[in-house]
Amino acid sequence: MKVAVVRFPGSNREVDAHRAALAAGHEATLVWHRSTDLEHADVVVLPGGFSYGDYLRPGAIARFSPVMRAVAKHAHAGRPVLGICNGFQILCEARLLPGALVRNAQLAFVAKMVTVRIESDATPFTASYRVGQELRWPVAHGDGRYVADEATLDQLEREGRVVCRYVGGSPNGALRDIAGICNEGRNVVGLMPHPESATDALIGSADGAPLFALTAVGAGAGV
Amino acid sequence: MTRYVGRVRVMPRQGLLDPQGTAVEHALDALGFHQVARVRVGRTLEIALEGGSASEARVKLEEMCDKLIANPVTEDYSIDAVDVAP
Repeated sequence: MKVAVVRFPGSNREVDAHRAALAAGHEATLVWHRSTDLEHADVVVLPGGFSYGDYLRPGAIARFSPVMRAVAKHAHAGRPVLGICNGFQILCEARLLPGALVRNAQLAFVAKMVTVRIESDATPFTASYRVGQELRWPVAHGDGRYVADEATLDQLEREGRVVCRYVGGSPNGALRDIAGICNEGRNVVGLMPHPESATDALIGSADGAPLFALTAVGAGAGV
Repeated sequence: MTRYVGRVRVMPRQGLLDPQGTAVEHALDALGFHQVARVRVGRTLEIALEGGSASEARVKLEEMCDKLIANPVTEDYSIDAVDVAP
């Protein structure tokens, strides 16, 4: 599988995502945000970090990076896109995912291991897990509180588009403890926690490694 | 072209939890300002631009807000003033 990890100015988890994809046996490349071509990629990853210094709002400026046209094209073609942390924020700002990620309710930056529960295995990134499975993934963010209007939240729940949820309370005040969601086509996934930083027991958890297996990609259209 | 300065105010949407506002509210209360009922924290942008008229400048400012400056999911904006630059 060809995995393109986009590097924005201020990204800082792109190497982790790149390594996680390589470790899973993929042909992974880092792509500078000025690139306008993602045709070679099967899967696109928008990594964590602080693109453009989080100025204005996290992801607000990165969403206008030249590469984002190609990301939107890739997404609209039904091909898999994963946004992790800042990548999730960028996908929301780009309207490729609904809702927004705002300042943590307690105002403090939170960096710790959390437990998340898989709520949907029907995405290219969670197909290696089973629904109800609990995983240890780290979080590291100041703006991770997922918000959307009630109608949108109800729709996400009804359509099984809440991909994972925090267990034992959210670390950021996210509505309905939402840690990750997907789009209507289920090919675009945003996650606030960092599975790419949980790929080896040596660093505290290997629960993120199966996410990069991507065995479901190519099996069907998108999923 | 006349130069204008637009003042744009962006506030967290009503009803949305504003943790910064709550923190400032509590700090003011701790300082003895018990009369404070509620605080909300937003941001103001001053944007200098060139335009044929103040109303044209206002239209452009609205476009800027819709496209980039405010997130319609979480924020409301208002254009408080469009003044001729000194």
